[in-house]
Amino acid sequence: MDEFKILLVDDEQEFVTTLAERLEIRNMNVSVAMNGETALRIVEQELPQVIVLDVMMPGLNGLDVLEKIKSIDPNIQVILLSGHGSTKDGIRGLKLGAFDFLIKPIDIDELIIKLNEGWKKYCDSH
Amino acid sequence: MNKSIIDIFNVKNHLQRLFEIGSSVSRYDRFRRNIRIMIIALTLLPLTVMALINYYQFLKSLKHEIMTPEKVLVNKTRHSIEFYLKERLSLLKSISHMYSYEELADINRLSRILYVLKKEFSGFVDLGIIDGNSGNQLCYSGPYNLQGKNYADQSWFQEVNLNGTYISDVFMGHRKFPHIAIAVQHFERKGRSWVIRTTINTKMLDNFIGAMQLGEKDDAFILNQKGVFQTNSRMFGDVLEECPLKIMTTGHATYILESQDKYGNDIFIAYTHFSYPDYTLVLVKSHAVALRTWFALKSELLVIFLIASVLIVIAVFQLTNVMVNRIKEADQNREMAFRELEHHRKLSSIGRLAAGVAHEINNPMAIINEKAGLMKDLIAFQGDFKNKDKFMAQILGILKSVKRCRDITHRLLGFAKRMDVQIETIDFNELIEEVLSFLEREALYKNIEIQLNLSETLPKIDSDRGQLQQVLLNIINNAMAAIDDGGAIVITTHEHDEETVCTSIQDNGCGMSEETCRKIFEPFFTKKATGTGLGLPITYGIIKKLGGNIEVKSEINEGSTFFIYLPIKSTN
Repeated sequence: MDEFKILLVDDEQEFVTTLAERLEIRNMNVSVAMNGETALRIVEQELPQVIVLDVMMPGLNGLDVLEKIKSIDPNIQVILLSGHGSTKDGIRGLKLGAFDFLIKPIDIDELIIKLNEGWKKYCDSH
Repeated sequence: MNKSIIDIFNVKNHLQRLFEIGSSVSRYDRFRRNIRIMIIALTLLPLTVMALINYYQFLKSLKHEIMTPEKVLVNKTRHSIEFYLKERLSLLKSISHMYSYEELADINRLSRILYVLKKEFSGFVDLGIIDGNSGNQLCYSGPYNLQGKNYADQSWFQEVNLNGTYISDVFMGHRKFPHIAIAVQHFERKGRSWVIRTTINTKMLDNFIGAMQLGEKDDAFILNQKGVFQTNSRMFGDVLEECPLKIMTTGHATYILESQDKYGNDIFIAYTHFSYPDYTLVLVKSHAVALRTWFALKSELLVIFLIASVLIVIAVFQLTNVMVNRIKEADQNREMAFRELEHHRKLSSIGRLAAGVAHEINNPMAIINEKAGLMKDLIAFQGDFKNKDKFMAQILGILKSVKRCRDITHRLLGFAKRMDVQIETIDFNELIEEVLSFLEREALYKNIEIQLNLSETLPKIDSDRGQLQQVLLNIINNAMAAIDDGGAIVITTHEHDEETVCTSIQDNGCGMSEETCRKIFEPFFTKKATGTGLGLPITYGIIKKLGGNIEVKSEINEGSTFFIYLPIKSTN
């Protein structure tokens, strides 16, 4: 598997750290952010190629963060993550340039497929 | 104090109670019955009262009209008889003035006078001269041997001495046929008095009565003051018998009364009294004959009344049927609309609740999922250790349960979703075949035969492909779950009407009770051990959103049929 940087953004610490660990076990390069502001700082510093971003977070929400990420680097591929099935958010996210939309709880294999697709798309856009 | 009559008798409340539809099963029948009774009473009662008033008024005026000519006839006949008797009386008076006692005491002269009277005037039988003091018959001309007979003790002699004239009641003479005696007293200047007396047969009375031209069932007769027949009666008796009718034998007017004959038949009696002598002329007319026209008219009126009443009753029955059926229909529609609204409201609130619950559960579920996943990863990447397989089995159990929870929450979220409808033109038959392609493997596995009766002329419809797929998947999956191995599913399509297509999905599975049928579109109602109770409510919601309708018919152990109606042109 090609080495690419992944950023996981979710306010649920238990979830995000565990998911990060699972991806790391699979030799993936993963960073973690617990809120939107931290996520944007990491984006600016580390320039991850694929971001898994929770929609509902306190402070800056996922869609606001997505907008800002896209303004930093429009090629960064963002997979939106949601605890509820509001298609509205999904459609809005896709319109803002999100790559895909997943509903919690996620299947690790499905996530890995999406991450690879995101990475491939990132590569194609360069 | 100022309470109106309506308040006092509580009419409003009584009427309200009478026309209250209520909520029992037979409420419409009771309502229908009350309305019928009320309308029939309100229409037939005034009609009957009017008919009765008219009946009696008309009968009264008709009786009056019928009896007036009878009164005239009775009066006319009475006048004629009176005139006849007075004429005889005048004749006797004239004879007493024209001839002296000596002349009249001459038998030849007396016989000559009797002869002239018999010849020129009818009814005279005999003629006699009686001494006013002794009462001895001085001279007699006639068929009997009455010469020398003394009348001094007889009442008629005393009466003629008192009044100067006398007309007797009818009596049986020596030859046993009815007579009337007429007598006149004459005073001479010398102080001597004598009486001239004659007997008249009553044939002339019969003639007068005969001249009244009575009908077959009519009768007329003369009574004296004691109510004894002076002439024969057809119905009530012969001459000199007592009349059984109670008739007042004094008075000056002409009277009408109603009575009954001896057979109990109704009769009219018209009668009038003579001024002199004390006779009463009676005319009896049969009710049935007199009122023949009335009876004919009465029958016609009765028939008209009955026909009108029957027509009113039929009209009331038909109208109340139409009216109550409309009310029933309107109530049912309102109830259905209310139920549908309630159902939508329920779906909507459950949807909102489901979305909230799903979101709250999904986050901790995601943590469990990841923690268990990490454990699985760690165990998988480790070498063998004691109970590794057992640990792995436990973790897989946790993950399986998480997956099950995820399926439920995803369904709940799907239920709550208000997806935008994407309308496109769809060949519904093709869509069915497409959906069946997903299910072929399972059908094969369960040995289920799927028959398609798809209409070749089915028009294309404007609808949402994705949502219709979900609808068909839900229903066909349910059908497959309901049937045992070797069952069959029949899918039919046809054009229901100009605006709607219909598809029916029929299975020969276990079927459902009526109770279950009513509840299957309710959220969380399920008969399956692992069901969420959301499949059919979602299906229902989608079809309603697409402007269609869904119905189900089912019988236990016979199977179920779902009918889906979809508009050809989209309403969205």
